[in-house]
Amino acid sequence: MLPDLRDDFPLLARTVRNGKPLAYLDSGATAQRPHAVLHAMDEFDRLHNGAVARGAHLLAEEATEAFEGARASVARLVNAASPDEIVWTENATAALNLVANGIGNASMGQGGEESARFRIGAGDSIVVTQAEHHANLIPWQQLAARTGATLRWIEIGDDGRHRLEQLATVIDDTTKIVAFTHASNVTGVVSDVAAFVARAREVGAYTVLDACQSVPHLPVDFQALGVDFAAFSGHKMLGPTGVGALWGRKELLDVLPPSVFGGGAIKVVTLEETTWHPAPTRFEAGTQPVTQAVGMGAAAEYLMALGMDDVATHERRIAQIIREGVSQMPGVRLLGPIGDPDADEVLGLATVVVEGVHTHDVGQVLDDLGIAVRVGHHCAQPLHKRFGVTGSTRASAHVYTTEEDAHRFLEGLASVREFFGVPA
Amino acid sequence: MSSLEQMYQQVIMDHARARHGAGLVDLDLPAVGESHQVNTTCGDEVTLRVGLDGDTVASVHWEGQGCSISQASISALTELVEGHSLEEADEVYEAFRALMGNRGEDLGDDRDDMLGDAGAFVGVGKYPARIKCALLGWMALRDAVAQAQAAGGAEGENDG
Repeated sequence: MLPDLRDDFPLLARTVRNGKPLAYLDSGATAQRPHAVLHAMDEFDRLHNGAVARGAHLLAEEATEAFEGARASVARLVNAASPDEIVWTENATAALNLVANGIGNASMGQGGEESARFRIGAGDSIVVTQAEHHANLIPWQQLAARTGATLRWIEIGDDGRHRLEQLATVIDDTTKIVAFTHASNVTGVVSDVAAFVARAREVGAYTVLDACQSVPHLPVDFQALGVDFAAFSGHKMLGPTGVGALWGRKELLDVLPPSVFGGGAIKVVTLEETTWHPAPTRFEAGTQPVTQAVGMGAAAEYLMALGMDDVATHERRIAQIIREGVSQMPGVRLLGPIGDPDADEVLGLATVVVEGVHTHDVGQVLDDLGIAVRVGHHCAQPLHKRFGVTGSTRASAHVYTTEEDAHRFLEGLASVREFFGVPA
Repeated sequence: MSSLEQMYQQVIMDHARARHGAGLVDLDLPAVGESHQVNTTCGDEVTLRVGLDGDTVASVHWEGQGCSISQASISALTELVEGHSLEEADEVYEAFRALMGNRGEDLGDDRDDMLGDAGAFVGVGKYPARIKCALLGWMALRDAVAQAQAAGGAEGENDG
Protein backbone atom coordinates (compact mmCIF):
# COMPACT_ATOMS: atom_id res chain seq x y z
CA MET A 1 0.00 0.00 0.00
CA LEU A 2 1.24 3.48 -0.84
CA PRO A 3 1.87 6.08 1.86
CA ASP A 4 0.33 9.55 1.48
CA LEU A 5 2.57 11.03 -1.22
CA ARG A 6 1.13 14.53 -1.45
CA ASP A 7 4.19 16.08 0.21
CA ASP A 8 6.34 14.75 -2.64
CA PHE A 9 4.42 16.92 -5.10
CA PRO A 10 4.97 20.64 -4.42
CA LEU A 11 2.18 21.81 -6.71
CA LEU A 12 -0.45 19.97 -4.69
CA ALA A 13 0.21 22.30 -1.75
CA ARG A 14 -1.13 25.35 -3.58
CA THR A 15 -4.69 26.53 -3.32
CA VAL A 16 -6.99 27.34 -6.22
CA ARG A 17 -10.24 29.32 -6.65
CA ASN A 18 -11.15 31.27 -3.53
CA GLY A 19 -8.32 29.72 -1.55
CA LYS A 20 -9.75 26.20 -1.80
CA PRO A 21 -7.38 23.23 -1.50
CA LEU A 22 -6.75 21.51 -4.82
CA ALA A 23 -8.28 18.13 -5.66
CA TYR A 24 -6.27 17.35 -8.79
CA LEU A 25 -8.21 14.76 -10.81
CA ASP A 26 -6.84 15.46 -14.28
CA SER A 27 -3.80 13.17 -14.20
CA GLY A 28 -5.05 11.33 -17.28
CA ALA A 29 -4.33 14.53 -19.22
CA THR A 30 -1.11 15.44 -17.44
CA ALA A 31 0.29 14.37 -14.08
CA GLN A 32 2.04 16.48 -11.46
CA ARG A 33 5.77 16.08 -10.83
CA PRO A 34 7.49 14.97 -7.64
CA HIS A 35 10.50 16.68 -6.08
CA ALA A 36 12.63 13.76 -7.28
CA VAL A 37 11.90 14.64 -10.92
CA LEU A 38 12.23 18.40 -10.47
CA HIS A 39 15.50 17.93 -8.58
CA ALA A 40 16.99 15.58 -11.19
CA MET A 41 16.32 18.07 -14.00
CA ASP A 42 17.54 21.02 -11.95
CA GLU A 43 20.74 19.22 -10.98
CA PHE A 44 21.41 18.20 -14.56
CA ASP A 45 21.01 21.78 -15.77
CA ARG A 46 23.13 23.22 -12.96
CA LEU A 47 25.99 20.71 -12.95
CA HIS A 48 26.08 18.32 -15.89
CA ASN A 49 24.75 20.03 -19.02
CA GLY A 50 26.83 19.28 -22.09
CA ALA A 51 26.49 17.99 -25.65
CA VAL A 52 25.43 14.35 -25.46
CA ALA A 53 27.56 11.87 -27.44
CA ARG A 54 29.57 14.61 -29.15
CA GLY A 55 32.18 16.33 -26.99
CA ALA A 56 35.45 14.95 -25.65
CA HIS A 57 35.21 16.85 -22.37
CA LEU A 58 34.02 15.90 -18.90
CA LEU A 59 30.63 17.63 -19.13
CA ALA A 60 29.85 15.90 -22.42
CA GLU A 61 30.69 12.60 -20.73
CA GLU A 62 28.49 13.35 -17.71
CA ALA A 63 25.60 14.51 -19.88
CA THR A 64 25.85 11.37 -22.01
CA GLU A 65 25.87 9.25 -18.87
CA ALA A 66 22.77 11.00 -17.49
CA PHE A 67 20.95 10.73 -20.83
CA GLU A 68 21.74 7.05 -21.29
CA GLY A 69 21.13 6.32 -17.62
CA ALA A 70 17.62 7.76 -18.00
CA ARG A 71 17.06 5.50 -21.00
CA ALA A 72 18.09 2.50 -18.90
CA SER A 73 15.64 3.53 -16.14
CA VAL A 74 12.75 3.79 -18.57
CA ALA A 75 13.78 0.46 -20.12
CA ARG A 76 13.60 -1.21 -16.70
CA LEU A 77 10.16 0.27 -15.96
CA VAL A 78 8.63 -1.43 -19.01
CA ASN A 79 10.97 -4.44 -19.04
CA ALA A 80 12.62 -3.74 -22.38
CA ALA A 81 15.16 -6.41 -23.39
CA SER A 82 17.81 -3.65 -23.43
CA PRO A 83 17.98 0.15 -23.22
CA ASP A 84 18.56 0.15 -27.00
CA GLU A 85 14.88 -0.73 -27.37
CA ILE A 86 13.90 2.68 -26.00
CA VAL A 87 13.81 5.59 -28.47
CA TRP A 88 13.38 9.11 -27.10
CA THR A 89 10.67 11.09 -28.83
CA GLU A 90 9.03 14.45 -28.26
CA ASN A 91 5.91 12.77 -26.87
CA ALA A 92 3.78 9.66 -27.42
CA THR A 93 2.16 11.17 -30.51
CA ALA A 94 5.59 11.57 -32.09
CA ALA A 95 6.41 7.95 -31.17
CA LEU A 96 3.29 6.65 -32.95
CA ASN A 97 4.01 8.87 -35.96
CA LEU A 98 7.59 7.53 -35.99
CA VAL A 99 6.28 4.00 -36.49
CA ALA A 100 3.62 4.98 -39.04
CA ASN A 101 6.00 7.18 -41.04
CA GLY A 102 8.75 4.55 -40.89
CA ILE A 103 6.37 1.98 -42.35
CA GLY A 104 5.30 4.56 -44.94
CA ASN A 105 8.91 5.17 -45.93
CA ALA A 106 9.59 1.43 -46.13
CA SER A 107 6.56 1.15 -48.41
CA MET A 108 8.14 3.72 -50.73
CA GLY A 109 11.21 1.51 -50.97
CA GLN A 110 13.39 3.18 -48.35
CA GLY A 111 15.66 0.83 -46.43
CA GLY A 112 15.76 -1.59 -49.35
CA GLU A 113 15.27 -5.32 -48.86
CA GLU A 114 16.08 -5.03 -45.15
CA SER A 115 12.96 -2.92 -44.58
CA ALA A 116 10.78 -4.71 -47.13
CA ARG A 117 9.06 -6.63 -44.30
CA PHE A 118 7.21 -3.40 -43.40
CA ARG A 119 5.89 -2.62 -46.89
CA ILE A 120 2.16 -2.12 -47.24
CA GLY A 121 0.01 -1.03 -50.14
CA ALA A 122 -3.25 -1.50 -51.98
CA GLY A 123 -4.94 -4.73 -50.93
CA ASP A 124 -3.44 -4.59 -47.43
CA SER A 125 -5.26 -3.44 -44.31
CA ILE A 126 -4.46 -1.58 -41.10
CA VAL A 127 -6.67 -2.33 -38.09
CA VAL A 128 -7.35 0.08 -35.21
CA THR A 129 -10.19 0.21 -32.67
CA GLN A 130 -13.12 2.53 -32.06
CA ALA A 131 -11.62 3.45 -28.67
CA GLU A 132 -8.43 5.04 -29.98
CA HIS A 133 -7.15 8.42 -28.92
CA HIS A 134 -6.75 10.56 -32.05
CA ALA A 135 -2.97 10.10 -31.73
CA ASN A 136 -3.33 6.38 -32.45
CA LEU A 137 -5.91 6.87 -35.18
CA ILE A 138 -4.87 9.76 -37.42
CA PRO A 139 -1.31 8.50 -38.19
CA TRP A 140 -2.87 5.25 -39.44
CA GLN A 141 -5.55 7.07 -41.45
CA GLN A 142 -2.75 9.04 -43.06
CA LEU A 143 -0.61 5.96 -43.68
CA ALA A 144 -3.59 4.23 -45.32
CA ALA A 145 -4.21 7.27 -47.52
CA ARG A 146 -0.54 7.45 -48.56
CA THR A 147 -0.12 3.76 -49.34
CA GLY A 148 -3.53 2.76 -50.65
CA ALA A 149 -4.08 0.35 -47.76
CA THR A 150 -7.53 0.07 -46.17
CA LEU A 151 -8.25 1.21 -42.61
CA ARG A 152 -10.55 -1.03 -40.56
CA TRP A 153 -11.56 -1.02 -36.92
CA ILE A 154 -12.70 -3.22 -34.07
CA GLU A 155 -15.90 -1.83 -32.56
CA ILE A 156 -16.71 -1.10 -28.95
CA GLY A 157 -19.77 -2.80 -27.44
CA ASP A 158 -22.48 -1.08 -25.39
CA ASP A 159 -20.59 -2.19 -22.29
CA GLY A 160 -17.52 -0.18 -23.35
CA ARG A 161 -15.40 -3.24 -24.07
CA HIS A 162 -13.88 -4.27 -27.41
CA ARG A 163 -16.06 -6.61 -29.42
CA LEU A 164 -13.38 -9.30 -29.39
CA GLU A 165 -15.42 -11.63 -31.61
CA GLN A 166 -14.60 -9.20 -34.44
CA LEU A 167 -10.87 -9.94 -34.13
CA ALA A 168 -11.37 -13.10 -36.17
CA THR A 169 -13.09 -11.28 -39.05
CA VAL A 170 -11.75 -7.72 -39.10
CA ILE A 171 -8.15 -8.94 -38.82
CA ASP A 172 -7.42 -11.23 -41.78
CA ASP A 173 -4.61 -12.21 -44.14
CA THR A 174 -4.55 -8.71 -45.63
CA THR A 175 -3.80 -7.13 -42.23
CA LYS A 176 -0.25 -5.83 -41.81
CA ILE A 177 -0.65 -3.62 -38.72
CA VAL A 178 -2.89 -3.80 -35.65
CA ALA A 179 -2.73 -0.57 -33.61
CA PHE A 180 -4.70 -0.44 -30.36
CA THR A 181 -4.72 1.18 -26.98
CA HIS A 182 -3.61 -0.65 -23.84
CA ALA A 183 -6.20 1.23 -21.78
CA SER A 184 -8.87 3.66 -22.90
CA ASN A 185 -8.39 7.26 -21.77
CA VAL A 186 -12.20 7.59 -21.70
CA THR A 187 -13.66 4.39 -20.26
CA GLY A 188 -10.53 3.27 -18.43
CA VAL A 189 -11.08 -0.24 -19.80
CA VAL A 190 -7.85 -2.24 -20.03
CA SER A 191 -7.64 -4.08 -23.35
CA ASP A 192 -7.25 -7.81 -23.70
CA VAL A 193 -3.80 -7.43 -25.24
CA ALA A 194 -3.23 -11.19 -25.41
CA ALA A 195 -6.28 -11.65 -27.64
CA PHE A 196 -5.14 -8.90 -30.04
CA VAL A 197 -1.56 -10.21 -30.15
CA ALA A 198 -2.64 -13.81 -30.71
CA ARG A 199 -4.84 -12.88 -33.68
CA ALA A 200 -2.24 -10.50 -35.15
CA ARG A 201 0.39 -13.23 -34.98
CA GLU A 202 -1.89 -15.69 -36.76
CA VAL A 203 -1.94 -13.41 -39.79
CA GLY A 204 1.61 -12.08 -39.43
CA ALA A 205 0.63 -8.48 -38.62
CA TYR A 206 2.73 -6.12 -36.50
CA THR A 207 1.17 -4.83 -33.28
CA VAL A 208 1.49 -1.22 -32.09
CA LEU A 209 0.33 -0.46 -28.55
CA ASP A 210 -0.68 2.96 -27.24
CA ALA A 211 0.54 2.59 -23.67
CA CYS A 212 0.07 6.21 -22.54
CA GLN A 213 -2.56 5.35 -19.96
CA SER A 214 -1.10 2.03 -18.81
CA VAL A 215 2.62 2.67 -18.18
CA PRO A 216 1.98 5.35 -15.51
CA HIS A 217 -0.59 3.27 -13.60
CA LEU A 218 -0.04 -0.49 -14.01
CA PRO A 219 2.88 -2.92 -14.00
CA VAL A 220 3.71 -3.13 -17.72
CA ASP A 221 6.05 -5.68 -19.30
CA PHE A 222 6.20 -5.15 -23.07
CA GLN A 223 8.12 -8.37 -23.67
CA ALA A 224 5.49 -10.40 -21.81
CA LEU A 225 2.66 -8.59 -23.60
CA GLY A 226 4.19 -9.72 -26.87
CA VAL A 227 3.52 -6.56 -28.86
CA ASP A 228 6.01 -5.24 -31.44
CA PHE A 229 5.95 -1.49 -30.70
CA ALA A 230 4.59 0.63 -27.86
CA ALA A 231 4.37 4.37 -27.23
CA PHE A 232 4.12 6.31 -23.96
CA SER A 233 4.74 9.82 -22.73
CA GLY A 234 6.79 11.37 -19.93
CA HIS A 235 4.28 13.87 -18.57
CA LYS A 236 1.56 11.33 -17.78
CA MET A 237 4.02 9.23 -15.71
CA LEU A 238 5.08 12.06 -13.37
CA GLY A 239 7.81 13.30 -15.71
CA PRO A 240 8.05 16.53 -17.71
CA THR A 241 6.43 17.52 -20.99
CA GLY A 242 8.49 17.53 -24.16
CA VAL A 243 9.62 13.92 -23.93
CA GLY A 244 8.11 10.53 -24.64
CA ALA A 245 9.35 7.14 -25.69
CA LEU A 246 8.89 4.48 -28.29
CA TRP A 247 9.65 0.92 -27.29
CA GLY A 248 10.16 -1.64 -30.03
CA ARG A 249 11.68 -5.05 -30.49
CA LYS A 250 15.32 -4.38 -31.38
CA GLU A 251 15.37 -6.47 -34.55
CA LEU A 252 12.42 -4.44 -35.86
CA LEU A 253 13.69 -1.02 -34.77
CA ASP A 254 17.04 -1.74 -36.46
CA VAL A 255 15.39 -2.05 -39.87
CA LEU A 256 12.54 0.46 -39.57
CA PRO A 257 13.48 3.43 -41.78
CA PRO A 258 13.78 6.75 -39.96
CA SER A 259 11.50 9.62 -40.91
CA VAL A 260 13.27 12.56 -39.26
CA PHE A 261 16.67 13.20 -40.73
CA GLY A 262 19.71 15.06 -39.47
CA GLY A 263 22.85 14.86 -37.43
CA GLY A 264 23.66 12.23 -34.85
CA ALA A 265 21.56 9.46 -36.40
CA ILE A 266 23.99 8.59 -39.15
CA LYS A 267 26.79 6.14 -39.73
CA VAL A 268 28.28 7.61 -42.92
CA VAL A 269 27.20 10.63 -44.91
CA THR A 270 28.45 11.46 -48.36
CA LEU A 271 27.00 14.18 -50.55
CA GLU A 272 25.04 11.49 -52.41
CA GLU A 273 23.69 9.27 -49.65
CA THR A 274 23.51 8.33 -46.00
CA THR A 275 23.60 5.16 -43.95
CA TRP A 276 21.99 5.04 -40.55
CA HIS A 277 23.01 3.74 -37.17
CA PRO A 278 21.07 0.91 -35.59
CA ALA A 279 18.31 1.80 -33.10
CA PRO A 280 17.81 3.83 -31.08
CA THR A 281 20.32 6.33 -32.54
CA ARG A 282 18.91 6.18 -36.08
CA PHE A 283 15.70 7.80 -34.83
CA GLU A 284 17.32 10.50 -32.69
CA ALA A 285 18.42 13.05 -35.27
CA GLY A 286 19.30 16.48 -33.93
CA THR A 287 19.73 17.59 -30.35
CA GLN A 288 17.45 15.64 -28.05
CA PRO A 289 15.39 16.92 -25.09
CA VAL A 290 18.14 15.86 -22.69
CA THR A 291 16.93 17.60 -19.52
CA GLN A 292 13.44 16.21 -20.08
CA ALA A 293 14.79 12.71 -20.73
CA VAL A 294 16.66 12.93 -17.42
CA GLY A 295 13.35 13.93 -15.80
CA MET A 296 11.49 11.03 -17.39
CA GLY A 297 14.21 8.67 -16.17
CA ALA A 298 13.84 10.06 -12.65
CA ALA A 299 10.07 9.57 -12.89
CA ALA A 300 10.61 5.92 -13.88
CA GLU A 301 12.90 5.45 -10.87
CA TYR A 302 10.34 7.12 -8.58
CA LEU A 303 7.56 4.81 -9.80
CA MET A 304 9.76 1.71 -9.52
CA ALA A 305 10.73 2.67 -5.96
CA LEU A 306 7.02 2.89 -5.09
CA GLY A 307 6.46 -0.43 -6.85
CA MET A 308 4.02 -0.60 -9.74
CA ASP A 309 1.98 -3.29 -7.99
CA ASP A 310 1.39 -0.94 -5.08
CA VAL A 311 0.66 1.95 -7.46
CA ALA A 312 -1.98 -0.17 -9.18
CA THR A 313 -3.45 -1.30 -5.86
CA HIS A 314 -3.72 2.30 -4.66
CA GLU A 315 -5.42 3.46 -7.84
CA ARG A 316 -7.77 0.45 -7.76
CA ARG A 317 -9.05 1.69 -4.40
CA ILE A 318 -9.64 5.19 -5.79
CA ALA A 319 -11.26 3.67 -8.89
CA GLN A 320 -13.66 1.70 -6.74
CA ILE A 321 -14.77 4.80 -4.85
CA ILE A 322 -15.34 7.00 -7.88
CA ARG A 323 -16.70 4.39 -10.30
CA GLU A 324 -19.14 2.92 -7.81
CA GLY A 325 -20.05 6.38 -6.54
CA VAL A 326 -20.96 7.79 -9.94
CA SER A 327 -22.75 4.63 -11.02
CA GLN A 328 -25.23 5.10 -8.17
CA MET A 329 -25.81 8.80 -8.84
CA PRO A 330 -29.17 9.77 -10.37
CA GLY A 331 -28.90 11.57 -13.71
CA VAL A 332 -25.26 10.60 -14.13
CA ARG A 333 -24.12 8.11 -16.75
CA LEU A 334 -20.76 6.36 -16.45
CA LEU A 335 -19.19 5.74 -19.86
CA GLY A 336 -18.04 2.14 -19.98
CA PRO A 337 -18.47 -0.61 -17.41
CA ILE A 338 -18.08 -0.20 -13.64
CA GLY A 339 -15.59 -3.01 -14.15
CA ASP A 340 -13.76 -5.05 -11.59
CA PRO A 341 -10.75 -3.02 -10.44
CA ASP A 342 -9.43 -6.07 -8.60
CA ALA A 343 -9.08 -7.83 -11.92
CA ASP A 344 -7.34 -4.80 -13.44
CA GLU A 345 -10.23 -4.45 -15.86
CA VAL A 346 -10.32 -0.68 -15.45
CA LEU A 347 -7.98 2.17 -14.56
CA GLY A 348 -8.42 4.64 -11.71
CA LEU A 349 -10.62 7.01 -13.66
CA ALA A 350 -14.30 7.67 -14.26
CA THR A 351 -15.81 9.48 -17.23
CA VAL A 352 -19.37 10.64 -16.89
CA VAL A 353 -22.16 12.42 -18.71
CA VAL A 354 -24.46 14.50 -16.51
CA GLU A 355 -27.99 14.47 -17.92
CA GLY A 356 -29.15 17.96 -18.86
CA VAL A 357 -25.85 19.70 -18.13
CA HIS A 358 -23.11 20.37 -20.67
CA THR A 359 -19.66 19.04 -19.77
CA HIS A 360 -18.12 22.55 -19.74
CA ASP A 361 -20.70 23.66 -17.21
CA VAL A 362 -20.00 20.56 -15.08
CA GLY A 363 -16.29 21.31 -15.13
CA GLN A 364 -16.90 24.95 -14.19
CA VAL A 365 -18.90 24.07 -11.08
CA LEU A 366 -16.26 21.54 -10.00
CA ASP A 367 -13.50 24.08 -10.66
CA ASP A 368 -15.24 26.51 -8.35
CA LEU A 369 -15.00 23.84 -5.64
CA GLY A 370 -11.26 23.41 -6.24
CA ILE A 371 -11.69 20.18 -8.21
CA ALA A 372 -9.73 19.90 -11.47
CA VAL A 373 -11.21 17.51 -14.05
CA ARG A 374 -11.07 17.12 -17.82
CA VAL A 375 -14.04 18.15 -19.97
CA GLY A 376 -14.72 17.70 -23.70
CA HIS A 377 -14.09 14.75 -26.00
CA HIS A 378 -10.65 13.86 -24.61
CA CYS A 379 -9.25 13.48 -28.16
CA ALA A 380 -11.53 10.46 -28.67
CA GLN A 381 -14.36 11.74 -30.85
CA PRO A 382 -15.20 8.38 -32.49
CA LEU A 383 -15.68 6.75 -29.08
CA HIS A 384 -17.91 9.59 -27.88
CA LYS A 385 -19.95 9.27 -31.07
CA ARG A 386 -20.24 5.54 -30.31
CA PHE A 387 -21.77 6.43 -26.94
CA GLY A 388 -24.06 9.01 -28.59
CA VAL A 389 -22.55 12.03 -26.82
CA THR A 390 -20.27 14.89 -27.92
CA GLY A 391 -18.42 15.32 -24.66
CA SER A 392 -17.98 14.07 -21.13
CA THR A 393 -16.36 14.86 -17.79
CA ARG A 394 -13.42 12.76 -16.58
CA ALA A 395 -11.89 12.39 -13.13
CA SER A 396 -8.59 10.52 -13.22
CA ALA A 397 -6.29 9.50 -10.38
CA HIS A 398 -2.58 8.99 -9.84
CA VAL A 399 -0.28 7.92 -7.02
CA TYR A 400 -0.98 11.11 -5.04
CA THR A 401 -4.76 10.98 -5.31
CA THR A 402 -6.44 10.55 -1.93
CA GLU A 403 -9.77 9.05 -0.96
CA GLU A 404 -10.73 12.56 0.12
CA ASP A 405 -10.14 13.80 -3.46
CA ALA A 406 -12.46 11.07 -4.72
CA HIS A 407 -15.17 11.96 -2.19
CA ARG A 408 -14.88 15.67 -2.97
CA PHE A 409 -15.42 14.85 -6.65
CA LEU A 410 -18.51 12.78 -5.87
CA GLU A 411 -20.00 15.49 -3.65
CA GLY A 412 -19.24 18.16 -6.25
CA LEU A 413 -20.76 16.11 -9.04
CA ALA A 414 -23.89 15.51 -6.97
CA SER A 415 -24.35 19.29 -6.62
CA VAL A 416 -24.07 20.04 -10.35
CA ARG A 417 -27.62 19.24 -11.42
CA GLU A 418 -29.04 21.20 -8.53
CA PHE A 419 -26.93 24.24 -9.46
CA PHE A 420 -28.33 24.21 -12.99
CA GLY A 421 -31.87 23.51 -11.83
CA VAL A 422 -32.16 20.19 -13.63
CA PRO A 423 -35.09 18.27 -12.14
CA ALA A 424 -33.99 15.22 -10.14
CA MET B 1 -22.01 36.77 -5.18
CA SER B 2 -19.33 34.18 -5.95
CA SER B 3 -17.48 34.19 -9.28
CA LEU B 4 -19.48 31.16 -10.28
CA GLU B 5 -22.79 32.83 -9.49
CA GLN B 6 -21.60 35.96 -11.27
CA MET B 7 -20.91 33.90 -14.38
CA TYR B 8 -24.14 31.93 -14.30
CA GLN B 9 -26.48 34.85 -13.62
CA GLN B 10 -30.20 34.17 -13.75
CA VAL B 11 -30.47 36.12 -17.03
CA ILE B 12 -28.02 33.64 -18.60
CA MET B 13 -29.79 30.58 -17.22
CA ASP B 14 -33.06 31.99 -18.60
CA HIS B 15 -31.60 32.56 -22.06
CA ALA B 16 -30.07 29.07 -22.06
CA ARG B 17 -33.59 27.69 -21.61
CA ALA B 18 -35.50 30.20 -23.77
CA ARG B 19 -33.14 29.96 -26.77
CA HIS B 20 -34.56 32.95 -28.67
CA GLY B 21 -34.31 32.43 -32.42
CA ALA B 22 -33.66 28.69 -32.13
CA GLY B 23 -34.79 26.67 -35.14
CA LEU B 24 -33.76 27.35 -38.72
CA VAL B 25 -36.45 28.64 -41.08
CA ASP B 26 -36.42 29.54 -44.79
CA LEU B 27 -36.13 33.29 -45.19
CA ASP B 28 -37.75 35.25 -47.99
CA LEU B 29 -35.43 38.23 -47.82
CA PRO B 30 -33.21 39.98 -50.40
CA ALA B 31 -29.97 38.82 -48.78
CA VAL B 32 -29.58 35.65 -46.74
CA GLY B 33 -26.36 34.24 -45.32
CA GLU B 34 -25.53 31.25 -43.19
CA SER B 35 -22.53 30.25 -41.10
CA HIS B 36 -21.52 27.10 -39.25
CA GLN B 37 -19.05 27.59 -36.40
CA VAL B 38 -17.44 24.98 -34.17
CA ASN B 39 -15.51 25.39 -30.96
CA THR B 40 -12.91 22.70 -31.57
CA THR B 41 -11.90 22.38 -27.93
CA CYS B 42 -15.33 21.22 -26.78
CA GLY B 43 -17.28 20.41 -29.94
CA ASP B 44 -19.90 23.11 -29.38
CA GLU B 45 -21.46 24.16 -32.66
CA VAL B 46 -23.95 26.53 -34.17
CA THR B 47 -25.49 27.06 -37.57
CA LEU B 48 -26.80 30.60 -37.78
CA ARG B 49 -28.86 32.06 -40.64
CA VAL B 50 -29.30 35.79 -41.03
CA GLY B 51 -31.56 37.71 -43.40
CA LEU B 52 -30.81 41.33 -44.32
CA ASP B 53 -33.29 43.89 -45.54
CA GLY B 54 -31.11 46.69 -46.81
CA ASP B 55 -28.96 47.73 -43.83
CA THR B 56 -31.27 46.08 -41.33
CA VAL B 57 -30.71 42.70 -39.69
CA ALA B 58 -34.24 41.54 -40.40
CA SER B 59 -34.06 37.98 -39.13
CA VAL B 60 -31.74 35.72 -37.09
CA HIS B 61 -32.34 31.99 -36.67
CA TRP B 62 -30.02 29.29 -35.48
CA GLU B 63 -29.53 25.69 -34.47
CA GLY B 64 -26.87 24.69 -32.05
CA GLN B 65 -25.68 22.55 -29.24
CA GLY B 66 -23.28 23.39 -26.49
CA CYS B 67 -22.78 24.65 -22.98
CA SER B 68 -25.16 27.05 -21.27
CA ILE B 69 -22.82 29.99 -21.90
CA SER B 70 -22.64 29.45 -25.67
CA GLN B 71 -26.36 28.76 -26.05
CA ALA B 72 -27.44 31.66 -23.85
CA SER B 73 -25.09 34.03 -25.67
CA ILE B 74 -26.62 33.16 -29.05
CA SER B 75 -30.12 33.67 -27.63
CA ALA B 76 -29.16 37.06 -26.19
CA LEU B 77 -27.47 38.26 -29.38
CA THR B 78 -30.54 37.28 -31.42
CA GLU B 79 -32.70 39.56 -29.30
CA LEU B 80 -30.11 42.34 -29.42
CA VAL B 81 -29.50 42.58 -33.14
CA GLU B 82 -32.79 41.53 -34.76
CA GLY B 83 -34.52 44.59 -36.18
CA HIS B 84 -31.43 46.77 -35.76
CA SER B 85 -29.07 48.22 -38.32
CA LEU B 86 -25.83 46.51 -39.28
CA GLU B 87 -23.97 49.45 -37.79
CA GLU B 88 -25.72 49.02 -34.45
CA ALA B 89 -25.03 45.26 -34.53
CA ASP B 90 -21.35 46.00 -35.10
CA GLU B 91 -21.29 48.40 -32.16
CA VAL B 92 -22.87 45.80 -29.88
CA TYR B 93 -20.38 43.21 -31.06
CA GLU B 94 -17.44 45.50 -30.35
CA ALA B 95 -18.86 46.28 -26.90
CA PHE B 96 -19.33 42.56 -26.18
CA ARG B 97 -15.77 41.77 -27.19
CA ALA B 98 -14.54 44.56 -24.96
CA LEU B 99 -16.60 43.13 -22.09
CA MET B 100 -15.08 39.67 -22.61
CA GLY B 101 -11.61 41.18 -22.38
CA ASN B 102 -12.42 43.14 -19.23
CA ARG B 103 -11.59 40.41 -16.67
CA GLY B 104 -15.01 40.27 -15.08
CA GLU B 105 -15.63 44.01 -14.72
CA ASP B 106 -18.41 46.07 -16.31
CA LEU B 107 -17.17 48.49 -18.99
CA GLY B 108 -18.32 51.43 -16.88
CA ASP B 109 -19.71 53.56 -19.70
CA ASP B 110 -22.82 53.74 -21.91
CA ARG B 111 -21.78 50.55 -23.66
CA ASP B 112 -23.08 48.63 -20.63
CA ASP B 113 -26.60 49.87 -21.45
CA MET B 114 -26.17 49.06 -25.11
CA LEU B 115 -25.35 45.43 -24.21
CA GLY B 116 -28.66 44.83 -22.45
CA ASP B 117 -28.97 41.14 -21.45
CA ALA B 118 -25.55 40.45 -22.97
CA GLY B 119 -24.08 42.53 -20.16
CA ALA B 120 -24.89 39.61 -17.86
CA PHE B 121 -22.00 37.71 -19.46
CA VAL B 122 -19.57 39.98 -17.63
CA GLY B 123 -18.49 37.13 -15.31
CA VAL B 124 -17.30 35.02 -18.26
CA GLY B 125 -14.41 37.45 -18.69
CA LYS B 126 -12.81 35.99 -15.55
CA TYR B 127 -12.50 32.58 -17.22
CA PRO B 128 -10.35 32.78 -20.38
CA ALA B 129 -11.30 29.23 -21.39
CA ARG B 130 -14.99 30.18 -21.59
CA ILE B 131 -14.71 33.42 -23.59
CA LYS B 132 -14.70 31.37 -26.81
CA CYS B 133 -18.04 29.85 -25.73
CA ALA B 134 -19.63 33.28 -25.33
CA LEU B 135 -18.22 34.48 -28.67
CA LEU B 136 -19.23 31.42 -30.75
CA GLY B 137 -22.60 32.89 -31.81
CA TRP B 138 -21.09 36.29 -32.55
CA MET B 139 -18.51 34.69 -34.86
CA ALA B 140 -21.36 32.93 -36.66
CA LEU B 141 -23.36 36.17 -36.91
CA ARG B 142 -20.51 38.16 -38.41
CA ASP B 143 -19.68 35.43 -40.90
CA ALA B 144 -23.37 34.99 -41.84
CA VAL B 145 -23.73 38.75 -42.40
CA ALA B 146 -20.67 38.73 -44.67
CA GLN B 147 -22.19 35.80 -46.61
CA ALA B 148 -25.52 37.60 -46.85
CA GLN B 149 -23.87 40.76 -48.14
CA ALA B 150 -21.93 38.77 -50.73
CA ALA B 151 -25.09 36.94 -51.81
CA GLY B 152 -27.12 40.14 -51.90
CA GLY B 153 -24.42 41.90 -53.92
CA ALA B 154 -24.22 39.07 -56.43
CA GLU B 155 -27.98 39.10 -56.86
CA GLY B 156 -27.95 42.83 -57.36
CA GLU B 157 -25.40 42.43 -60.16
CA ASN B 158 -27.55 39.78 -61.79
CA ASP B 159 -30.56 42.06 -61.62
CA GLY B 160 -28.60 44.81 -63.35
